[in-house]
Amino acid sequence: MLDMYLPIVVLFVLAAGFAAFSVGAATITGPKRFNRAKADAYECGISPTPQPMGGGRFPVKFYLTAMLFIVFDIEIIFLYPWAVSFDQLGLFGLVEMTLFIGTVFIAYAYVWRRGGLEWD
Amino acid sequence: MTPIALEGIEPFAPVAADGVLATPWLLLLLPAAGALLLLLTGRRSDGWGPYLATGLCGGAFVWALVLFAALRGEADRSVDVALWSWVPVGGFQVDLGLLLDPLSMVFVLLITGVGTLIHVYSLGYMAHDPRKRQFFAYLNLFVAAMLLLVLGDSYLALYVGWEGVGLASYLLISFYYDRHSAATAAKKAFIANRVGDVGLSLAIMVMFATLGATTFTEVFGAAEEGGLSTGAATAIGLLLLLGACGKSGQFPLHTWLPDAMEGPTPVSALIHAATMVTAGVYLIARSTPLYELAETAALVVSIIGVITLVIGCVIGCAYDDIKKVLAYSTVSQIGYMFLAVGIPGAAAVAILHLVTHGFFKACMFLSAGSVMHGMDDQVDMRRFGALRKEMPVTFACMTAGYLAIVGFPFLSGFYSKDLIIEVAFDQRGARGWIMGTTALVAAGVTAFYMTRLMLMTFFGRRRWTAGVHPHESPASMTGPMVLLAVGAVAGGFLLTRGDAFLEWLTPVLGTEGEVDHLIEPVVVSLLTVVMLVLGAGTAYLLYGRRAVPMSPPVAVSPFTTAARNNLYLDALNEAVLMRPGQYLTRALVFFDRRGIDGAVSGLAAGVGGGSSRLRRVQTGFVRSYALSVFGGATLVLAALVVARAGV
Amino acid sequence: MPVDIESVPVAYSAILPMLLVLGAAAVGVLVEAFVPAARRRVAQVVVALAGLVGGLVAVVALAGEPDRLVVGDAIAIDGPTLFLQGTLCLLGIGAVLLLSESSLDSSGGDIVSSAAALPGTREDLRLAESQGVQTEVYPLAMFALGGMLLFPASNNLILMFIALEVLSLPLYLMAGLARRRRLLSQEAAVKYFLLGAFSSAFFLYGVALLYGYAGTVDLGGVREATLLAQDDDLLLYLGLAMLAVGLLFKVGAVPFQAWTPDVYQGSPTAVTALMASATKVAGFGALLRVLYVGVAEVRWDWRPALWAVAILTMVAGALLAVTQTDVKRMLAYSSVAHTGFLLVGVVTLDTDGLAGTLFYLLTYGFTTIAAFAVVTMVRDSAGEATHLSSWAGLGRRSPLLAGTFALLLFALAGIPLTSGFTAKFAVFQPALDDALPLVVVGVVASAVTAFFYARVVVLMFFTDPAPDGPSVAVPSGFTTAAIALGAAVTVVAGVVPQPLLDLAQSAALFTR
Repeated sequence: MLDMYLPIVVLFVLAAGFAAFSVGAATITGPKRFNRAKADAYECGISPTPQPMGGGRFPVKFYLTAMLFIVFDIEIIFLYPWAVSFDQLGLFGLVEMTLFIGTVFIAYAYVWRRGGLEWD
Repeated sequence: MTPIALEGIEPFAPVAADGVLATPWLLLLLPAAGALLLLLTGRRSDGWGPYLATGLCGGAFVWALVLFAALRGEADRSVDVALWSWVPVGGFQVDLGLLLDPLSMVFVLLITGVGTLIHVYSLGYMAHDPRKRQFFAYLNLFVAAMLLLVLGDSYLALYVGWEGVGLASYLLISFYYDRHSAATAAKKAFIANRVGDVGLSLAIMVMFATLGATTFTEVFGAAEEGGLSTGAATAIGLLLLLGACGKSGQFPLHTWLPDAMEGPTPVSALIHAATMVTAGVYLIARSTPLYELAETAALVVSIIGVITLVIGCVIGCAYDDIKKVLAYSTVSQIGYMFLAVGIPGAAAVAILHLVTHGFFKACMFLSAGSVMHGMDDQVDMRRFGALRKEMPVTFACMTAGYLAIVGFPFLSGFYSKDLIIEVAFDQRGARGWIMGTTALVAAGVTAFYMTRLMLMTFFGRRRWTAGVHPHESPASMTGPMVLLAVGAVAGGFLLTRGDAFLEWLTPVLGTEGEVDHLIEPVVVSLLTVVMLVLGAGTAYLLYGRRAVPMSPPVAVSPFTTAARNNLYLDALNEAVLMRPGQYLTRALVFFDRRGIDGAVSGLAAGVGGGSSRLRRVQTGFVRSYALSVFGGATLVLAALVVARAGV
Repeated sequence: MPVDIESVPVAYSAILPMLLVLGAAAVGVLVEAFVPAARRRVAQVVVALAGLVGGLVAVVALAGEPDRLVVGDAIAIDGPTLFLQGTLCLLGIGAVLLLSESSLDSSGGDIVSSAAALPGTREDLRLAESQGVQTEVYPLAMFALGGMLLFPASNNLILMFIALEVLSLPLYLMAGLARRRRLLSQEAAVKYFLLGAFSSAFFLYGVALLYGYAGTVDLGGVREATLLAQDDDLLLYLGLAMLAVGLLFKVGAVPFQAWTPDVYQGSPTAVTALMASATKVAGFGALLRVLYVGVAEVRWDWRPALWAVAILTMVAGALLAVTQTDVKRMLAYSSVAHTGFLLVGVVTLDTDGLAGTLFYLLTYGFTTIAAFAVVTMVRDSAGEATHLSSWAGLGRRSPLLAGTFALLLFALAGIPLTSGFTAKFAVFQPALDDALPLVVVGVVASAVTAFFYARVVVLMFFTDPAPDGPSVAVPSGFTTAAIALGAAVTVVAGVVPQPLLDLAQSAALFTR
């Protein structure tokens, strides 16, 4: 009955196997020469060591900005298919999209007025 | 046994009300609102509350008059007002409606009229009581419940009112709850009423079981169309009688009524003389169509009435407590009513006596209250004497009530009591002779003890306790007394002009029709007057000519001793009801402790223990909560899959 | 490659109640953005009440129209939808009134102004005494209510999930906004969020599996698929079970009830009132629609499981409530027990059972909101005095309040002449025929619940008050109005239930 899901299971196994193989192979075959720069976080992010007690407190502004980014990011995802089938949807699509953007704009206005966009 | 044929009675078929007649709920609303308001607003209404309560009761009386006028103008003098339909789901249904017909109208007028007068009286009587607001709230509660009792269009509604007046009565008897005797009396009244209530509730259950209905329309309809067997009718009739005995202080449940005099005197007048205690008479009169089917039950009603009226007037001779004497006279007078209401076709006569009794007994109680008011709340008649000059108005009112109750010609008691004695004689055979003669002799005894009361209170030497200064009561008290006295004097004459009162009630209660009298009415009247003279004369010889001792004589006949001890009926009740009851209770308690309590406390412990154990699951850790959600999900999944697997 | 996107007609008039409530929420956000702080609170109350009253009017206006599916069959406008939406608007009005109470707490309201402060810090102590109030609570409540309106109307599982999230997310936040006992409140918020997310995952997984089974997320489509009676319907049952877990979590059925007492206790009481009444109404609405519309044809397979849940819920709820010593926790467990009683109505699966359940939801909602409103009024120096021992002798000090609470408890216990009795009767009676054991358990559980309600009544009226007991704060008109509304419905639906029962009966038909 669940035959049709067999390929997925196989895929899971293959993926897990590949991950294990890659990490394992790198550990086994690669040279192990550590220095300070290599222990740093790559490009950006939280430095892995030394961790303060309880994981440390991190400015909430990072998360706020990240969430705002996601909100507007998703807006783009909605806009894209609309743009593709603009002709088919016609006026109805325009009205709906205006409503949608208007709603998102309300959130934007709130964030802006209440200081969510100011870093300090 | 052939069913009794009543003349003039109409099939019980109230029509739907419209116009003014659709508003009897207003009668209930006014006093009920008063009671609620006074109890809810608390001390804030201490000042104006009593006046509001009096006003609302008066308003109800005015509205009753309006309804009365409207009902007189109506061809169908029986209207039904559907108020409320409580229908949860399916086949279960409870409706509440009000029934306004000649019978309930009489009661409504009596209750609101006398009720209003007694409210006014209480304004004076209770003026200095710190809890008078509560008192008036209870009074209003009583009036509302009593009106529901007489206006309800089903036995169930009647039962609600019945319990309501019981509650009000209990609260008012124990109004001075800091007095041990008052608390005990209230308890006694409560228990005696419970015994009666069991009867009433059983009667309702029998009705529901056999007819599936409790509304008057359906029950009487079934009775009229032969849907009710004689056996069932007799059972219902006897059970209703038990209920009526409890409420109306009839043998053997009468002993609570004299004790109930522990309540404030206005309460004694309103509840324990004029209205509530007559509810039993109303119940039986209302059930006339049932008693038509059950001649045996009707006979038992009369027999109970006769026994009670004898007991009441015998014990009434022995007491020195003015209120107790009046209480026993109430017991005895209600006995007269029961006697009449049990005789086919004579129910209207009973109601006539009920109304006149309402006037003169309320008048006498209020006068007694006025005497007590002036005598520092003493009740012992041996401490009264020669009060007629100190309290002329009270004396005049009491005299009016006295003459009415003993049946002095052309006063109200003369008309109603005479009629009862007549109908008692009119029964055929030995029954008529026994009941008639007893009623007649009892009228003489009534004259004796009532004369004794008058003589000991208002005549003779002053036997006052030192420091007592008798004085006339304020106008708020004497006013109602005078009005009631007028009613006591003229009521019987006015009501019986052209048989207006009896004809008014005929459609509901019927009459016995034309009968040839065993003894001519004139002869009966003459005989009662003779008995009156005999009784009063004896009393005068014993108490008017001789000085009344300050303390009751000790060397007395066994008969007097027996009477002083309530004819040992308390002891009888104790032996027959209380002792076995106590033993039963003890046995039950034993069984309860060992058996049921064990089971219950075991159960309770089980519940509590289970609860405590289950509580430990509630650790407060979100991880264990998540685990329980996960476990639950697994179980639901498993359950569905197993069910699916087609087990 | 050109993509075919079908445009779906939107029947704006049919979804007007939701549009109005969500619109009011959006306006509320704008009020936060542009109205000066001093006037925000008044503006928010006005906007929220206007939105809810407008929604109620729209529901009433829709009531006469024929049942139909709108927005591409995703939303069902039928009797149960409108009945529950009307109920939710009314309950929402009650909850907004409670949120607006400002004279009970010395600081001007039970909502803290900055919920993120760490409990116990100086910042936190300052907040407890400050006059500031988080007015965002109004738009949050309105968003939650908007989601609740959509939840029972969703005929499409994806839309139902969105409604679930729209109603849940604001509630998670609102749970953490209590001014007093911040730690408990934050704990409640975190617990509710974690467990809510957990159960949402179940729900979504269930939706996915059902899609796998039926090839559609429309409930009508699922129903058609069940009619075909395929052999390999394991997916259906797995999916249904997962979906049911998500929904049963929201209504607080055992064994998914663990969050209820902690969250009810920790949240601001006004928010608890909203959760206990409105969330339950919405959750049961959705559950009813899934069961009645989606999988009614295979009822014989899932009913035993739901029976078991109902029995467990009634028994555990009633038992656990017995040993509670905190009023809010006791009410929480009582709400669990009531979920069990409601499930009895749900599994009946006929018109009478549905009508009874709708009636029960309405009456229970009002009784609950009034009961929690009473809880907000009994206070000592540290805020609400919720420990039962401090309620001793309340009847002597404040007979009116204690009397009202007693009335509400009697209703919850199901004493005749209160709405609770009629409601229990309405759900138990239809179940008598084919679910007798459930009714028996229900009646026994009712008896157990009556015990602990009676215990509170005894405590209030027949126990001497503690010398340093709490006082009864004098509320403003807001709380009084909410209590009066709840108590009035409780009495009226108990004394003259017929019109309301008739309404529920006429509404008891799902459109497919």
